[in-house]
Amino acid sequence: MSYFKTENLSVGYRGNILIHGINITLQKGQILTLIGPNGAGKSTILKSITRQLRTISGSVYVQWRDVHRWSAKELASHLAVVLTDRVDPELMTCRELVALGRYPHTNAVGRLTAEDRRKVDEALNLVGGEDLAEQEFSTLSDGQKQRMLLARAICQDTEIIVLDEPTAYLDIRYKVELLDVLRRLAREKGTTILLSLHEIDLAYKVSDQLVCVKGDTISRYGPPEEVLARDAAQRLYDMERGSYDPLFGSVELPRPEGEPKVFVIGGAGYGVPVYRRLQREQVPFAAGILFENDVDTPVANALAAEVFAAPAFEPVSDDAFAAARNAMLCIGAVLDAGCPVGTFNRCNGRLLEAAREAGVPVFTDAAQLAIRNVQ
Amino acid sequence: MNRRTVRTAAVTALLAALLAAGLILNVNTGAVDIPTGEIFALLGKGLRLRALALLEPDRYGEALTAFLTGSTEARVLCSIRLPRLLLAAVLGGALAVSGLLLQSFFRNPIAGPFVLGISSGAKMLVSVTMIFLLKDISTMNTGVMVLAAFAGSLLVTGVVLLFAQRVRNMSMLLVIGIMVSYLCGAVTDFCVTFADEHNVANLTSWSMGSFSGASWNAVGFSAAICLPCLALAWLLAKPIGAYALGEGYAQSLGIHVRAFRVCLILLSSLLSACVTAFAGPISFVGIAIPHITKSLLNTSRPAVVIPLSFLTGAVCCVYCDLLARTAFAPTELAISTVTSVFGAPVVIYMMVKRRGREQ
Repeated sequence: MSYFKTENLSVGYRGNILIHGINITLQKGQILTLIGPNGAGKSTILKSITRQLRTISGSVYVQWRDVHRWSAKELASHLAVVLTDRVDPELMTCRELVALGRYPHTNAVGRLTAEDRRKVDEALNLVGGEDLAEQEFSTLSDGQKQRMLLARAICQDTEIIVLDEPTAYLDIRYKVELLDVLRRLAREKGTTILLSLHEIDLAYKVSDQLVCVKGDTISRYGPPEEVLARDAAQRLYDMERGSYDPLFGSVELPRPEGEPKVFVIGGAGYGVPVYRRLQREQVPFAAGILFENDVDTPVANALAAEVFAAPAFEPVSDDAFAAARNAMLCIGAVLDAGCPVGTFNRCNGRLLEAAREAGVPVFTDAAQLAIRNVQ
Repeated sequence: MNRRTVRTAAVTALLAALLAAGLILNVNTGAVDIPTGEIFALLGKGLRLRALALLEPDRYGEALTAFLTGSTEARVLCSIRLPRLLLAAVLGGALAVSGLLLQSFFRNPIAGPFVLGISSGAKMLVSVTMIFLLKDISTMNTGVMVLAAFAGSLLVTGVVLLFAQRVRNMSMLLVIGIMVSYLCGAVTDFCVTFADEHNVANLTSWSMGSFSGASWNAVGFSAAICLPCLALAWLLAKPIGAYALGEGYAQSLGIHVRAFRVCLILLSSLLSACVTAFAGPISFVGIAIPHITKSLLNTSRPAVVIPLSFLTGAVCCVYCDLLARTAFAPTELAISTVTSVFGAPVVIYMMVKRRGREQ
């Protein structure tokens, strides 16, 4: 049974449809993340769900009840938000700000009961903000502010929390911590969470469901491993240059153009720093011989002009060796990334021998090569 | 009891003491000298007679009249200084709360009825009503004055809000407020140019701003408007606190943002209109006092700041009026002359400090 559901939802501004046909279902305690290029309408969708914007057509249901028919008070006790709005209240301590989350639960003058105070402490504790509780909110760093705003939403004690780009101002540590808090909320309290993120790699890791927003509709929707298969991210963002590997979340700049000027012998992660160095220096290169399951392979595929790869879990065939050897001799320069030669990558040792025999220069440091490239 | 409660109590006590001292000082100084001991004796007697006269008008009515007209001291105290003092206190408080509500509305501490041109709008409509509709100022009813001032306040507030939708920047909004206030000033001047001579004299003295015309009638009327407004504002303390986070968060907490904003504007306009109607436009109290109050209390919690801003505003206007009355006696200064001298530097300080924080 679905807990949260949108049915043929169309959203936009002043009657102009921006995105249509949004059909999402979520179970209780799941996390759904909206990803997509800047200005695609992620915020518009979230704002329509939280009723900051009027929907154009279609409905949003929580437990079969239409969110847009709720009273303002019902909405406040079911759904909490963390927005991108700049918040700058004068002389308000963090504890006071977080306690505003109790607003729908307190009496007409907003008096906090012992229960309310306990929930405030609990929320502060959850985001690791107890030490900052008595500080003035406006003196905090952006990252600390974001955590306090999350604590405020948490102590509103709702079944659903909607966050619009909650990681925007955070450094990597706080990004990870914030997403960890969200996962814990979902798992321990059964909170259903909808958010938008810029970091696809993080979205992959935190979400149960991913929604790609692109153009005037949702281009993909489903579990992250389906949605982000292969080059989906590159297509979502219309990336024409550079590459993105969703499995590891690694981003590579565009590969250097031209005929390879050096043959890099890598493997076991020794190659990656060398490939990236050559990319920075704009030296086109060939990479080999790499097994398909080597960590160097995805980066080599993104950056090298030519990759000599061999199937995983098989000895390198003579044909593959011969092709790599010919290419290496033809290029006329070799860079040894320093990967030790063992039983299964013997072929790379043989490549180095062949290079020395043929009098092809063998470098061990990308810096030497960079100098040569300039000359 | 935590530290904040202690601080609030201390500030309240300090302000109450200042107000009491202001009462004695105000009543004490002037052309007629009344010894402090006699003030209390006269006050006690006057209050007792007043109460008795209310209960049994036949028996005590004459005694009250006799007391009020009997000695010079009694007359000066009861029909000149006391109403003036109370009017200054009530209107000063009203102005401070009006400013505070506007600041909550714009979520900016540099908003106030004077800088946004709202006081000038009230003044303009009062002048127009005085000169063209009534022809004679002496017949002008206080109710009509307040209504005209209220209409003028709302008119200018409406104009400023129209621009506020387009300009998010507060400095631009202030410039617009100042321009609107010049426009209103121009209309007022235009009216004055074509008014009768005796009207002009009255209008000029009123528009300078002063508590000098205070009567018991005015005190009763303004208290009847301002005190309920203060109570209503205090009842809005909870949403005002949440609104400080911005419209989005306020809406998500279950506040009807539109209705809430209308309430804020109506209350604020009514308060500042009342001030303008009875004492003319008074500058800077609306901005400076809420800021001073928050700094004294080191909090912006509306439930505390609203009543205490009223108190601080009352204290401030009582002392400013004292200065206006006595500094160059027998010549009286306009009240804005005094309030500007202390208020404008506070506002400059706030702007500089804010700018520093934004960078």
